[in-house]
Amino acid sequence: MDTAHIRNFCIIAHIDHGKSTLADRILEQTGAFSAREMQEQVLDQMDLERERGITIKLTPVRLTYRANDGQEYEYNLIDTPGHVDFSYEVSRSLAACEGALLVVDATQGIEAQTLANAYLALEHNLTIIPIINKIDLPSANPDMVKKEIEDVLGLDGDSALLCSAKTGEGVEAILQAIAEQIPPPQGKEEDPLAALIFDSKFDSYRGVIAYIRIMQGTIKAGQNIRLWATGKEYEVDEVGVFGRGLVPVPVLGPGEVGYLSASIKNIKDARVGDTITDADRPVAKPLPGYRHLRPMVYCGLYPQEASDYNLLRESLEKLQLNDAALVFEPETSTALGFGFRCGFLGLLHMEIVQERLEREFGVHIIATAPNVVYEVTKTDGEVLQVDSPAKLPPPTEIESLAEPFVRATIIVPSEFIGAVMELSQEKRGIYHNMEYLDESRVLITYDLPLSEIIFDFFDQLKSRTRGYASLDYDYLGHRASDLVKLDILINGEPVDALSIIVHSERAQYQGRKLVERLRSLIPRQLFDVPIQATIGSRVLARETVKALRKDVLAKCYGGDVTRKRKLLEKQKEGKKRMKQVGNVEIPQEAFMAVLKVK
Amino acid sequence: MMSQGPALYIHVPFCVRKCYYCDFASQPYTSPMAEGYVSALEQEAEHYLTSWPQGQEVPSVYIGGGTPTVLTPQELERVLQVAAAFPRVAGAEWTVEANPGTLTKTKLALLKAAGVNRLSLGVQSFDDDLLVFLGRIHTASEAKTAWDQARRAGFDNLSLDLMYAIPGQSLKLWRQTLQEALALAPEHISTYSLMIEEGTEFARRALEPCPEELDLAQYREAQTRLEQAGLSQYEISNFARPGYACQHNLVYWHNEPYLGLGPAATSYLAGERRTNIRDTISYVDSLGQGCLPIAERELATPELAQAETVILALRLREGLSRPRFARQFGRDVYAVFPQAIDRLMALGLVTMDEFSLSLTAKGLLLANQVALEFLPNNFS
Repeated sequence: MDTAHIRNFCIIAHIDHGKSTLADRILEQTGAFSAREMQEQVLDQMDLERERGITIKLTPVRLTYRANDGQEYEYNLIDTPGHVDFSYEVSRSLAACEGALLVVDATQGIEAQTLANAYLALEHNLTIIPIINKIDLPSANPDMVKKEIEDVLGLDGDSALLCSAKTGEGVEAILQAIAEQIPPPQGKEEDPLAALIFDSKFDSYRGVIAYIRIMQGTIKAGQNIRLWATGKEYEVDEVGVFGRGLVPVPVLGPGEVGYLSASIKNIKDARVGDTITDADRPVAKPLPGYRHLRPMVYCGLYPQEASDYNLLRESLEKLQLNDAALVFEPETSTALGFGFRCGFLGLLHMEIVQERLEREFGVHIIATAPNVVYEVTKTDGEVLQVDSPAKLPPPTEIESLAEPFVRATIIVPSEFIGAVMELSQEKRGIYHNMEYLDESRVLITYDLPLSEIIFDFFDQLKSRTRGYASLDYDYLGHRASDLVKLDILINGEPVDALSIIVHSERAQYQGRKLVERLRSLIPRQLFDVPIQATIGSRVLARETVKALRKDVLAKCYGGDVTRKRKLLEKQKEGKKRMKQVGNVEIPQEAFMAVLKVK
Repeated sequence: MMSQGPALYIHVPFCVRKCYYCDFASQPYTSPMAEGYVSALEQEAEHYLTSWPQGQEVPSVYIGGGTPTVLTPQELERVLQVAAAFPRVAGAEWTVEANPGTLTKTKLALLKAAGVNRLSLGVQSFDDDLLVFLGRIHTASEAKTAWDQARRAGFDNLSLDLMYAIPGQSLKLWRQTLQEALALAPEHISTYSLMIEEGTEFARRALEPCPEELDLAQYREAQTRLEQAGLSQYEISNFARPGYACQHNLVYWHNEPYLGLGPAATSYLAGERRTNIRDTISYVDSLGQGCLPIAERELATPELAQAETVILALRLREGLSRPRFARQFGRDVYAVFPQAIDRLMALGLVTMDEFSLSLTAKGLLLANQVALEFLPNNFS
């Protein structure tokens, strides 16, 4: 198809503003899929996503639309992940498009992710079509939202399209606007091939399936290609488009969105953001914006049963096939045995991996509290990236420590300004800016340590603003901080898996909270168990789990034997699941206790 | 040739009303239900009696509940006849549980005439407020009256049940209850720490349990007072004058066979534990259709039988007899559980000599922790 009739676009929105519903409706009204097929084919979400009410990412889809001008258009709808953990992937998806439908909830107005996504779209010079959704709701206030779109985003509020993705009202006008307002892709067929990988999947038969947008040139089966980041070359097995499943086509040309397979064995060789070019006639420089993704959050993952170590490794390897951002390496803990240090893009990514390990692979795991990556400058000048408290050099060898900071954007009704500022200060935030979006809502920006965000910042924010606040953040880089390593001793023995790195001013408080929490989690043993929080040799806090003094059945007669034995068996099962540290049995929850103490 | 058979237990699943702490199989008494129950019990007994080996005798009989004495004299008589139909060892102990609120002279005479030689009275407390709190149907003075009547009816082996660690029960109140109990000169006393069991009224009310310190103090108080009065502790919760330990309950703790009749009753026969249907109506229906009312059967593996033998025997102050264990299983208990015993001795929870393995004073209070060491690991 000639590029003049191609429209590549994505839908961007704050969570719950109706992105998925609008996508459903567009698919339905272009007749591409029945609602049932959509469930099965297009919205191929994991159960996990459905349960959490979040959509990580949908498969792209190609649609055909006959516009009012009587012409037929090829629409490629590319989805964007709706979570800050995956903001790099969002940016690559946007880079594959010329336009974006910016969906705003008519009852909520602009939220933090609306803003973050809209700015990102503007950065990529996308044509933005503002859409005010959920106009069927009684509390809808489209005029207020229009004004916000104008005041906050600097877009023409009057051009915003009104719709109800739920009822289908206004969707036809959106389809028409896509043809009219979003520009067709540029790029010449005769130029050397340049294609952007905006997603990739692993298929056990065909290897990596790279989802691509052709910027210029053409690509077809049999062609020799080169991937820019690795320099590796492959022969293309197949190219195709996203119809009902993957539909092979002879060739993909400029502006088109499709896929390719080329017997690429490792998903790390076809990273999101990389450029594909012709091996024999390469472009001079890659497409802009490629970044090698580095994990932001690390935690230890250990099998509950030592015998599951290999199963855990194999499961992580399998997950990694489809998840280039997941990294892991073997790690040994005196408390938890053999396991892995795993790196993730963020907390959601971490939780998803943990849950998939349990659900899809049946590995029962113990996860330690997550931490960020610290930058350590040693006294000898060497700079280390430390992804685990256990790897921190002794204090005498540390010249300085730095931790990652983010710029957090918080949108909140003005009555909660105080609450937000108080919380941000508590979390070591540095005030950056505040502006009113309208009479009643403000946008507050703070620079915050990422480590504070990964604990309960968002939960706290939600609870202190009665659910009204929305949050988004951007990575700023490492900044020096006065950090110390807090160790936990149980029955006199340090438990490596419980060590955390904290700000020195908060060490006392957190140490006390942590030992209190551990005292409530560790069951009474046959002897007193002291729990101490220490920095070096200095004890900050101490609690004791008092020895168990009475655990006996008052009655055990003929009728009780079996029933009571089953109770004891349950008790024994529970004990078996605990981790033995020295003489002390520690339940698994204890290793996550640090998350609950702030 | 006479041989010793299983001990006999009969469960009577009725009460005037359920006490707030009780998780036993029992329901309020109704006449039609009781009639159905007694007939079904007769059928169940008949089944075992038709195949009863020649010359086999039961070493003890125990009729418990519920409240056996809630039955009418006629119904009670039929239940006693069921028990009497099983050949007994000469002089065998025959206990019936009685609630002070339901014991009448008529019923006492009936029990005596049938051959019952031991009564266990559920007194629980001599404090009227606590009795109300527990949901008991009698007062302290009614309990004393019932006790005197039992004595006058000629019962010279009486036991009473007491309860401690009741929320709101002070050490002083407990001491008073112990004193009043001892004033009755019982042959046997059971003292039970109140446990809040699932499914009970107390559990429903989410009752805050008694503080551990007080529970322990009350336990020690009972040990001291009762020993002083000549009732020595022979089991975790049981005290008796010399020669008055409950023979029937010793069968359980020695892990010897017993036959249980009635709803929810359990049997331990030829290494198999059977539990009857708990619901009285289903129990009656099952027998009405000519089926034994067994809900669950579990054949103990030798491993489990060994563990249970140790766990049950450790409840006794005398502990587990090593020669008896060796006779039963062909191996010494230390050869079977070397690590468990070593660990528990190191922790000061058990003590062992060449004749026995028993709990220390500390171990007595931590019997569950001890039991965990002996339970097999890969249970089903």
